[in-house]
Amino acid sequence: MRLNKKSIAVAATVVVSLGLTACGGADDGGDDGTAFTFLPKNLGNPYFDTSEVGAQSAAEELGVTVTQVGPDAASPEAQVPFINTAAQQGADALIISANDPSAICGALEEASDAGTAIVTFDSDTDPECRDLFVSQADAAGIAKVQVEMIAEQIGGAGQIAILSASANATNQNAWIELMQTELEANYPDIELVDTVYGDDDDQKSFDQTAALLQSYPELKGIVSPTTVGIAAAARYLSTSASKGEVALTGLGTPNQMREYVTDGTVTEFALWNPDDLGYLAVHAAAALANGDIEGDEGDTFTTERLGEYTVGPDGVVLLGEPFRFNADNIGDFDF
Amino acid sequence: MTSLNFRAHARPAWRRLLFTREAAVIAILAAVLLYANLAVSNFDSPLTMYYLFLDVTPLLLIALPLTMVIVTGEIDLSVASVVGLSSVLVGVLYAHAGMPMWTAALTAIAVGAVCGSLNGFLVAYVGLPSLAVTIGTLALYRGVAIGLLGTEAVTDFPETWTDLAKTRIVEGGSLPLVLVPIAVLAAATAWLLHFSPFGRGVYEVGLGREAAHFTGVNVERTKFLLFVLTGAVSALAGVYFTLRYGSARGDNAYGLELQVIAAVLLGGVSIFGGRGALHGPIAGVLLIGAVSSAMRLEGQTVNAINIVIGVLLVASVVATPVLNRVAAERAARKPKRKE
Repeated sequence: MRLNKKSIAVAATVVVSLGLTACGGADDGGDDGTAFTFLPKNLGNPYFDTSEVGAQSAAEELGVTVTQVGPDAASPEAQVPFINTAAQQGADALIISANDPSAICGALEEASDAGTAIVTFDSDTDPECRDLFVSQADAAGIAKVQVEMIAEQIGGAGQIAILSASANATNQNAWIELMQTELEANYPDIELVDTVYGDDDDQKSFDQTAALLQSYPELKGIVSPTTVGIAAAARYLSTSASKGEVALTGLGTPNQMREYVTDGTVTEFALWNPDDLGYLAVHAAAALANGDIEGDEGDTFTTERLGEYTVGPDGVVLLGEPFRFNADNIGDFDF
Repeated sequence: MTSLNFRAHARPAWRRLLFTREAAVIAILAAVLLYANLAVSNFDSPLTMYYLFLDVTPLLLIALPLTMVIVTGEIDLSVASVVGLSSVLVGVLYAHAGMPMWTAALTAIAVGAVCGSLNGFLVAYVGLPSLAVTIGTLALYRGVAIGLLGTEAVTDFPETWTDLAKTRIVEGGSLPLVLVPIAVLAAATAWLLHFSPFGRGVYEVGLGREAAHFTGVNVERTKFLLFVLTGAVSALAGVYFTLRYGSARGDNAYGLELQVIAAVLLGGVSIFGGRGALHGPIAGVLLIGAVSSAMRLEGQTVNAINIVIGVLLVASVVATPVLNRVAAERAARKPKRKE
């Protein structure tokens, strides 16, 4: 194939079009009101679908446009083109759940240079890569709510056990340590007899639950600070003689736990509310974009639904206490 | 073009040139760019071309040698796995083994060439079908990549290097510096394929193995070298990928092979070999990049983008036999010329 005049002419047209694009100059779109980009880890994930509902309700309150975009797989390099797109559009804010704490920093920096306020939620980046992080929960709150729930459910006295993820799971171990401190300090009549590990494997967690009930006939309650563990334990309890006798609580998702709350195996469990999380993230982004706050420690902003928030150290805004799911409210959630 | 189709030469020159697949994909690209400039808000942002080129760089790099592989009638499905493996190697060698970036990058490229030579050896010298061989090595190289790093990621690369992947030729301009080595490689590939004896051999291999042998082309060596080249260039794309996204992960560039092959076929290279010209796949890559960029600006999902690219590809593949038949019928209706 030789180069010929026709293809050269067509190629020239392309070059000219590229040139037009390159020199197109100032932004002529996106100025019709305030526009935010909402970028979850991936699309089609019920958890993030729920947080987008909250994001949209905040958008409605504030009169801003929130557009959800995202990759279909939760990987950092798949998120980068969407961050780039926000920069191209000159979005007023980018609200993102990061797939990697540092890999997307370069792209976020460029968006920030283009004038976009950067708010992370659910999953943070390195603090220097964003203006604010809207955190769903802190370790102290997660530990405290689980101790409170199990204490309420067993009447403040008796043997309990913990069904955790793997023995070296960083988050779970931190929570368990705080739970032990809390138990020792405030619940002298509750005895933590054992901590077992289901490795976040459904079958193993199921078997470990059975073993716990065998080994400790006096057991009054199980706490499982992992969504896989609590669901497997609930499945075991729901068909065992201990159903309703041994309390089960911990961290779970409404969709996994619905049938066990309905059938009475589980009274109450906790997590955060992703709807509130998305709602708060958009409010935080709006406060930044309007210039109401700079993202410094001690800055405050107000939301209609959740009240006033103060920016903590490292630009972290804490959603609040974990959210408790029970028979009264579980029907309102789908994630 | 080394086509043996005499009927094609019976058509007037202007029509023959206008209706090449390469010209068609370039025209579609021009139309997409023009439309996006007018109708997609922010497509005219100076950042658009900059990001577009950064996004398509791995595709563009791999498309160059892969075009030649496909012209010989073979295929290499393992290219994206080599990208992933190379990315992991750069990360492991730099962060875990403490190698300087230069050495880590060159080692990764050398390993890419080794991966390519395994493909090439099995295809050219053992005589196995490249589809089967490279489906196997697709899994193999990806498996090694994920095995080396697990679900971990190395993200701690020196900023001078990660910045290099994003530097602009002119500060504040919209052309990234990475276009310079790409242009050099593209020119070298164009020379190799279209102006060198080796390139003529590539087409002859694609048109028919027997004929190629008689004209003195070393079929085995030609194929072997092309696979080695594809492996090395894919690994180079892996180094770029790692620096651009600042992240070495086993699943980097997962599924990229389908995009590259789509771009090459979109650019008019025949999957049966023997036919195609380098500017077609380059336009094909830019077309995929432009469509993705414009659709993302419109807030479209990845799925919608993939659907459009898939439709473009199917349409372009279907268009060839349909247009050929139309041309044949027209030719049949005309008084027959001397052949």
